[in-house]
Amino acid sequence: MALDSKIPQGPIKDKWTDYKNHIDLVNPANKRNIDVIIVGTGLAGGSAAATLAELGYNVKAFCFQDSPRRAHSIAAQGGINAAKNYQGDGDSTYRLFYDTVKGGDYRSREANVYRLAEVSANIIDQCVAQGVPFAREYGGLLDNRSFGGVLVSRTFYAAGQTGQQLLLGAYSAMNRQIGRGKIKMYNRHEMLDVVKVDGKARGIITRNLITGEVERHSAHAVVLGTGGYGNVFFLSTNAMGSNVTAGWKAHKKGAYFANPCYTQIHPTCIPVSGDHQSKLTLMSESLRNDGRIWVPKHMKDVEAIKSGALKPRELAEDDRDYYLERRYPAFGNLVPRDVASRAAKERCDAGFGVNATGEAVFLDFASAIQRYGKETAHVKGLDENDAALVKKLGQEVIKNKYGNLFQMYEKIVDQDPYNTPMMIYPAVHYTMGGVWVDYNLMTTVPGLYCIGEANFSDHGANRLGASALMQGLADGYFVLPYTIGDYLSHDIRTGPISTDSKEFEEAENDVRKQLEFFVTNKGSHSVDYFHKKLGKIMWNKVGMSRNVKGLTEAIAEIKALREEFWKEVKVPGTNEEYNEELAKAGRVADFLELGELFAKDALNREESCGGHFREDAVELDGEQKGEAKRNDEDFAYVSAWEYKGEPSDAVLHKEELEFKDIELKQRSYK
Amino acid sequence: MNLTLKIWRQKNASDKGSMVDYKVSDISPDMSFLEMLDVLNEQLINKDEEPVAFDHDCREGICGMCSLYINGEAHGPDRGVTTCQLHMRMFKDGDTITIEPFRATAFPVVKDLIVDRSSFDRIQHAGGFISVNTSGNTIDANATPINKEDADDAFSAATCIGCGACVASCKNSSAMLFVGAKVSQFALLPQGKIEATDRVLNMVKQMDDEGFGNCTNTGACEVECPKGISLENIARMNREYLGASLKG
Repeated sequence: MALDSKIPQGPIKDKWTDYKNHIDLVNPANKRNIDVIIVGTGLAGGSAAATLAELGYNVKAFCFQDSPRRAHSIAAQGGINAAKNYQGDGDSTYRLFYDTVKGGDYRSREANVYRLAEVSANIIDQCVAQGVPFAREYGGLLDNRSFGGVLVSRTFYAAGQTGQQLLLGAYSAMNRQIGRGKIKMYNRHEMLDVVKVDGKARGIITRNLITGEVERHSAHAVVLGTGGYGNVFFLSTNAMGSNVTAGWKAHKKGAYFANPCYTQIHPTCIPVSGDHQSKLTLMSESLRNDGRIWVPKHMKDVEAIKSGALKPRELAEDDRDYYLERRYPAFGNLVPRDVASRAAKERCDAGFGVNATGEAVFLDFASAIQRYGKETAHVKGLDENDAALVKKLGQEVIKNKYGNLFQMYEKIVDQDPYNTPMMIYPAVHYTMGGVWVDYNLMTTVPGLYCIGEANFSDHGANRLGASALMQGLADGYFVLPYTIGDYLSHDIRTGPISTDSKEFEEAENDVRKQLEFFVTNKGSHSVDYFHKKLGKIMWNKVGMSRNVKGLTEAIAEIKALREEFWKEVKVPGTNEEYNEELAKAGRVADFLELGELFAKDALNREESCGGHFREDAVELDGEQKGEAKRNDEDFAYVSAWEYKGEPSDAVLHKEELEFKDIELKQRSYK
Repeated sequence: MNLTLKIWRQKNASDKGSMVDYKVSDISPDMSFLEMLDVLNEQLINKDEEPVAFDHDCREGICGMCSLYINGEAHGPDRGVTTCQLHMRMFKDGDTITIEPFRATAFPVVKDLIVDRSSFDRIQHAGGFISVNTSGNTIDANATPINKEDADDAFSAATCIGCGACVASCKNSSAMLFVGAKVSQFALLPQGKIEATDRVLNMVKQMDDEGFGNCTNTGACEVECPKGISLENIARMNREYLGASLKG
């Protein structure tokens, strides 16, 4: 099947408006006869569920957690971008569009990104109307902060808990519709397959995680808002339950999977402390507004700090290497995430890592505490030369901005980041790849939509900070409600979809067969045993830096591990009860397939772009020596993979990317 | 560290349940409490026994999924943390640790340490929202300035993660802190004032219908709340409720 991205004609700034003016609508009476299934209740799924219900559709929403409010969007910390230009610092829709395309290393679809930038400002209006308590200035207006890869302050925030506040906003909008009976909510239900009838997505098969009951649910359209697949690495900043199963089942039913190798390794996470580790914790990028990243200049100081003979704050300024400020003077500590992560790895690989494992750099707030302390003392008319007072005042400002993050850090690491620099290291955080969708956010399966992190569309090869929340809410509140209406307008005469068809029966039987296999297979290793092994392969060979040899090995190793999994996996208990091991087994089975496609995609893409860094594609000389080298001539396309059985048999389809409004350039942050 | 764990095991909602003893060894002080339970579960699986069921997801203290009543305290002995942020350095080698589910009539046990907190969701359905549509066709976000103090207080109330520690810690199993936090968030913002009367009446009614107890101002909820939600929120809700009742 040829890929049709269905981008509307016309100038980029008019596309979305023209599109909305010409789509087919469904009248209110007909909406009452149309059912929509939404899987996942994060920012994308939750906002879509609320909006579609409000428009009048019958919505069934599903989440595997015990409440929609637990979806992992809740953990997003730093903020949400919007081209409001409240600061008057030169922001505009075009600039947000430009920054996002450039930040994504010119591997995203222009028309989608422009639309995202266009609707961004409205998200803030919407959320404030819902009672989302964003941070404000003393004058009562909304405050902004800066994020990586941009030169303006366009990020709205609520301390270090912006995702929580936005999700609770979407959750409250859902609650209103649940109370009205327009959303039927299914908590603790996991989607285990998509059902296609006559080529269209018409329902899903779920498992009730409490009772084990396998259920059929039908609808006129199915929407997946099921998040990213970072847990293929086992260790990531994702929640323990985050998984790829919904997207992967869709892939197996005909939805192409795009750019699986585009993964964001976030530069500022708490380093791994040991083999017992079950997940990694992010320290928001917003900390790079005020924190400066450094390692010692000299190896003797590295040794002294590691052995405890020297405290980091005792090291003289001249003996520190603020390597981001040194290498990227224009953006300094606020370079995009992929650049900051690689730079940290480069220093640590060279032996300058500051903790026992050699995999940590400092993120230091000393100068920000000084700066804020002096400023506050000045405003209050106090003595700016009283060091203790300045420090106290400065710490209060920092606490106000990032208090919850500092507390999280202290609880995990048992060190006080107000008085000693944080230690941080990159970790898997977000996946830009995902289910391929067209301009309408529809997958290659008619009637099956994919929104938020689960799709591939807006962030290219690298996502800028504070853009995930923007995309999730844009898709759910403002984009999908239009595009899905156009599709559903052709379904007004269809009537209810029966679940008594052979398609539903087959899908249910397949699901039951797999569940039955797991609980009867008396293997010798737990699910986690395989998941951890997969994670190690992914991190070592398909991680921050990739090469042909490593990727080829990874493909073979993942295949072998998958075969071992199906022979040796051990799942205690039965299907007819709450059984977390059983749920995990299904998720890891899918990760074991995705992981191989991921490596295959990385092997195919013989260039470095964004989060995908190939050691055989670097600049060899000039000002950009050692930086990533993109290849626009051969690789300015989206890799969309079609399922054909084994991941090794997947067929590549290319969506060529056209850049009409932005000139393709090397990304420079120097 | 080597530890003895006394854990509540209960097959399902209708099972009677009982405490069962387990031993775990070589626990690192850097592990989180849930990672310690992961070690126990891996051990049980390898012995062909059923792992202990407990709720968890984000493991960074924000989703509100994890619970556990540890040595008689919701989320254990540390302050200002959820169970997933509790670290084993809070315990000593040789300790015996008692682990139970959050107990309340309105939180029936599902299995082992997992309870059903959907009563919290139903309270939110009753009024935990502002009735604006989600079309985005509203006024500009900066058209209504809000003084910083009120906005900050609304934010503090809104940081509630809905874990239920307040209910588990209360001798009356009261949900007043949880409900008070939501009522306060909206009561403090101009956007929320319009429906304030109905909101507080409906949410309190639902809270009572779910079987949560009354508040007797003991303050255990505030002490055990991982997010430090203040008792002032209960006082504010009481004022709102009184005012709303008088209006009828």
